Amino acid sequence: MSVRRYSCASAAVALSLLCVTAAHAGEDRGYAASNPTWSSECGTCHMPYPPQLLAPEAWAKIMRSLGRHFGTDASIDAAAEKEISAFLQRQSAGAKRRKADPQTMRITETAWFKRKHDELAPEVWKRPAVKSASNCAACHTEAERGIYSEHAVRVPR
Amino acid sequence: MRAIINSVIRTAAVLSFAAAQTVTAATPQELLANMERSARAADAAFDGFSPKRGEQFFKSTHGGEWSCASCHTSRPANPGQHAKTARVIPALAPAANAQRFTDAAKVEKWFKRNCNDVIGRACTAREQGDVLAYLMTVQP
Repeated sequence: MSVRRYSCASAAVALSLLCVTAAHAGEDRGYAASNPTWSSECGTCHMPYPPQLLAPEAWAKIMRSLGRHFGTDASIDAAAEKEISAFLQRQSAGAKRRKADPQTMRITETAWFKRKHDELAPEVWKRPAVKSASNCAACHTEAERGIYSEHAVRVPR
Repeated sequence: MRAIINSVIRTAAVLSFAAAQTVTAATPQELLANMERSARAADAAFDGFSPKRGEQFFKSTHGGEWSCASCHTSRPANPGQHAKTARVIPALAPAANAQRFTDAAKVEKWFKRNCNDVIGRACTAREQGDVLAYLMTVQP
């Protein structure tokens, strides 16, 4: 019984390593890495944004100022803060050169985000079903699963 | 042997994690009783929570931009929507959502954050109890 439990635990570790590998494979294959504390704490008020979309420095700044988080109090306890910070640093480590300006704390203000969305008229963001550029899942139908492929985009009218 | 020792350590870790998760488990009635004790300790003249006062508190913007209802709707048996991000928020009334008000730490965390957002300070035990008393009257 205890040996079987051990194998289950090992399988879980192996699986999570696989997820991390998939996440580093690039945006086209999605942002599959996950952490339950991160997804529940960061995914209640908005969807949990892929860590790869900001630089590690920006995440560190965000995690230091959760008490004043884009106009709201998003403070969390110290244990969750530590775990999420470590996860974000690990996952965003490769993002620095690729797309993220270390000073940019809003994903929607990164040059990468603007370039990827430059074909959209400003009016699209204001549609009731979209409401805000922070609402990824309004158009990226599989965003909750970390998939942002153009094949899964449906812009609501 | 080493595998077994590892397994024991891992099992102990899982068990203590489970214990940490359930340590704050409660019912809305228990949480309301805790709030009542705090309210009484803060004010000897405290004469009980009022669902009506709680409803007014819940629906008022308190001179700011948001009320509790801005995200949780003025019918909190229904799912709400985050006022800024449009993220769906599951219903807040315990009668509509059995997970609500069953975790003291979670309740404390969200009152702290949301009171700061809506009224710019921490809510008193009386305000929290009034709101919970109101939410417990809301039926789906």
